[in-house]
Amino acid sequence: MAWFRKEKAPLAQAEDKKVRVPEGLWTKCPSCNESIISKEIEKNLNVCPKCSHHFRISARKRLALVLDEGSFVEYDANMVSVDFLEFKDSKSYQDRIDAALAKGGSKDAVICGEGEIDGTPVQIAVFDFSFMGGSMGSVVGEKITRAIERGIEKHTPVIVFSASGGARMQESILSLMQMAKTSAALAKLRERGLPYISVLTDPTTGGVTASFAMLGDINMAEPKSLIGFAGPRVIEQTIRQKLPEGFQRAEYLLDHGMVDVIVERKDMKQKLSQIFKMLYRP
Amino acid sequence: MAQQYYLEFEKPLAELERKIQELLDFSTDTVDLKTEVAKLEKKADKMREEIFSGLTRWQTAQVARHINRPFTMDYINLIFTEFVELHGDRNFGDDHAIVGGLARLDGEPVMVIGHQKGRDTKEKVYRNFGMPNPEGYRKALRLMEMAERFKLPLVTFVDTPGAFPGIGAEERGQAEAIARNLREMSRLTVPIIVVVTGEGGSGGALGIAVGDRVLMLEHSIYAVISPEGCAAILWSDGTKGEQAAEALKLTARDIKELDVIDEIIKEPPGGAHRDHKTVAENLHVALSRSLQELKKIPAEQLVEERYQKFRKMSRFVE
Repeated sequence: MAWFRKEKAPLAQAEDKKVRVPEGLWTKCPSCNESIISKEIEKNLNVCPKCSHHFRISARKRLALVLDEGSFVEYDANMVSVDFLEFKDSKSYQDRIDAALAKGGSKDAVICGEGEIDGTPVQIAVFDFSFMGGSMGSVVGEKITRAIERGIEKHTPVIVFSASGGARMQESILSLMQMAKTSAALAKLRERGLPYISVLTDPTTGGVTASFAMLGDINMAEPKSLIGFAGPRVIEQTIRQKLPEGFQRAEYLLDHGMVDVIVERKDMKQKLSQIFKMLYRP
Repeated sequence: MAQQYYLEFEKPLAELERKIQELLDFSTDTVDLKTEVAKLEKKADKMREEIFSGLTRWQTAQVARHINRPFTMDYINLIFTEFVELHGDRNFGDDHAIVGGLARLDGEPVMVIGHQKGRDTKEKVYRNFGMPNPEGYRKALRLMEMAERFKLPLVTFVDTPGAFPGIGAEERGQAEAIARNLREMSRLTVPIIVVVTGEGGSGGALGIAVGDRVLMLEHSIYAVISPEGCAAILWSDGTKGEQAAEALKLTARDIKELDVIDEIIKEPPGGAHRDHKTVAENLHVALSRSLQELKKIPAEQLVEERYQKFRKMSRFVE
């Protein structure tokens, strides 16, 4: 037992990164702290009209924003996760799945299908962060792989909108393998000369970033999105240093050569359309 | 081995091993303790067998991380000949947490790549505790591409707590480096044999682990997150690693059941850290056999079979 013990330096409080989902009459923007009428934000594509902070949006809303009206056909809508390891922490995985399903939204963390962007046919996958933090287990990996394979089969471009905390721990090794599986499918798509655009939205971390989300022919990001491999808290605890301002934000990644372009939500559809028209030969 | 280090559950065995050593030391021409030693040896054998056949998942994790467990360079020295280490990613630097180079397996040239941990404090730091930065994965990719050009089979050794979570790693694209390796390894036309020798820590492990045959040592582990990391998130308590290890089902036997690996390599009684030579021999046999099998498969078929192998890894209902 040492007589003197060195106190570990306390970590500085991480800034509050919780984004409040607009509910109720007023919403306080976490970025500029202004109180804004929720309807105004909604009307503005869930972007703060004062400071253009991009709120997280549901997968359905996202699809409506980027695809031509009425063009979306969903695939694999009824695929659901199973608790094959009988994983249990404070709650069993099955209970977590059931609770997420009970919300009545998506049946897992990604919605996949095909649609058109200004007439260009695309295979599209959109994450729903509200379903278990957008985590990737077998269902997410399988649906994305199928979307890529459909792209190959039907000779169309592929888009993935990511928003995910990473691999789903409750599926342990099989969730890890989804990284290999999806990346391998992208290798095939690439050999066929079909374009793949990865759009990184807030937040995209862990195994999703370290697989298909970073493999776009073009990597796009929404402004200020948190994008990284390790989460900021893990890094802080490992190196015991305060992280630099703006670390792991979309602008930081742009600056370090990891994303091609930052696109505001209102311009997203037009930008995708423009790029596909230049890259894609039907 | 330089320094003895015993895990908590090995203590009774350690005691016995010490006694045997004492008797051996005491033994002279006049005092013959052979029968006594033989008796104790037999007891020790039984104890090793008992302890190591009934390890819990958490204990297995401790064995997988044992400081005297053979590391990649040990296997290279024991199994391969003429190793020529190749350094650097040609972009930023040379990562010491991943080693790689040319070598011969049964006389035939191959490319070997693996995570490398350190044994003493100085080497641990030098090897960054086996946690690679992006340039490690990029060095690995450079060597894989070289293997492809020169038609050399690839053997990789996996033993990492995970890819390093640091500012520099993020800056230089840790995620991109791993992702690219996953994509490129799926298309290599040369045979790839992966061996998980110790810790298979998440994406940092997978970044060099997409192969035609994936082997795991009997007491190694492989999971999407470390037990401690999982405990910190799901239990909000990093000390609940034991519960997390159970839940994650991270042993070779667990993973074989899910068809994520092809074969479990038997370790000597008492674990690989007690007997490097025997475990290396067992692994050598499996590597030689796997390589002979894979060499017979035409390249195109090999790549498609590798694709299908990972394609099938999932459980869901629809």
